[in-house]
Amino acid sequence: MNFVVLQFPASNCDQDAVHVLQNVLGHSARLLWHKETSLGGADAVVIPGGFSYGDYLRTGAIARFSPVMQAVQQFAANGGPVLGICNGFQILCEAGLLPGALIRNRSLQFRCEHVYLKTVTRNSPFTRKIGDSKLLRVPIAHGEGCYFADADTLQRLNAEDRVLWRYVNAQGEPTEISNPNGSLENIAGICSEARNVAGLMPHPERASEPLLGSADGRMIFESLVDSMAERATAKAA
Amino acid sequence: MKARIIITPKRAVLDPQGKTVQNALEHMGYSGIQAVHVGKYLEVELAATDREAARKQLDDACHKFLSNPVIEDYKLEVE
Repeated sequence: MNFVVLQFPASNCDQDAVHVLQNVLGHSARLLWHKETSLGGADAVVIPGGFSYGDYLRTGAIARFSPVMQAVQQFAANGGPVLGICNGFQILCEAGLLPGALIRNRSLQFRCEHVYLKTVTRNSPFTRKIGDSKLLRVPIAHGEGCYFADADTLQRLNAEDRVLWRYVNAQGEPTEISNPNGSLENIAGICSEARNVAGLMPHPERASEPLLGSADGRMIFESLVDSMAERATAKAA
Repeated sequence: MKARIIITPKRAVLDPQGKTVQNALEHMGYSGIQAVHVGKYLEVELAATDREAARKQLDDACHKFLSNPVIEDYKLEVE
């Protein structure tokens, strides 16, 4: 599989994402500068974390107008898988590829810690290989990760089974104390209506090898690879 | 020509910064503070001479870029 990992001014964990896709999972992955206008035949796009454009104006607000995002819009419209991590999630919301917005953490603090995620649905290219009762232990590192959407949007997300992950405690319960940023309904990640675009605030690429304390994040990338293989087979048939 | 844009969080959106400032004001002894909303203020200098055209253009920019309609309201004044 061919992945591209976008790179904006002040992206971070972009190299980590390439490392996981390339060295841990054994796929082709390359960085793509945000001024590029083509995805060069990529099978999937990862929009990494960071503080693109210094988070000026709003997180992701300027990055979403970078030339490469036109190509991402087109790619997503054609059903191509796009995963936004942290700042990538913020960019996807600003771009209108995902509903809602990510605002300042309720605590007003930058939170940098490990959290537990409960996978709400396996019905997505990003969650299909995650075990039924498995809680994912992955790190977060953000100041603006509080997911907000109006009541109608929230209702729709739930009705359409589009909430992919919620913040939970070690017992898998979505409590207030396990919610690190004040996100509505403990939402940590969602997907688009067509299910091929997803965003989450935690960093699975920082938790994809046992050496790093958790390899749980790997299941998200493995899910994606699995669904891409199926998509490729369907295309060939 | 100059334009002023005031961007504030929508009332339905949690505004922890506003709430914290409100609490601080109360602690300092300022009474009767019912709510504080912390937003942004932008001053835009324009070369334009046609006020209506300038307003139209900035209104579009406010909607598409300078504010996020999901979480913010804006007020635009062109002088």
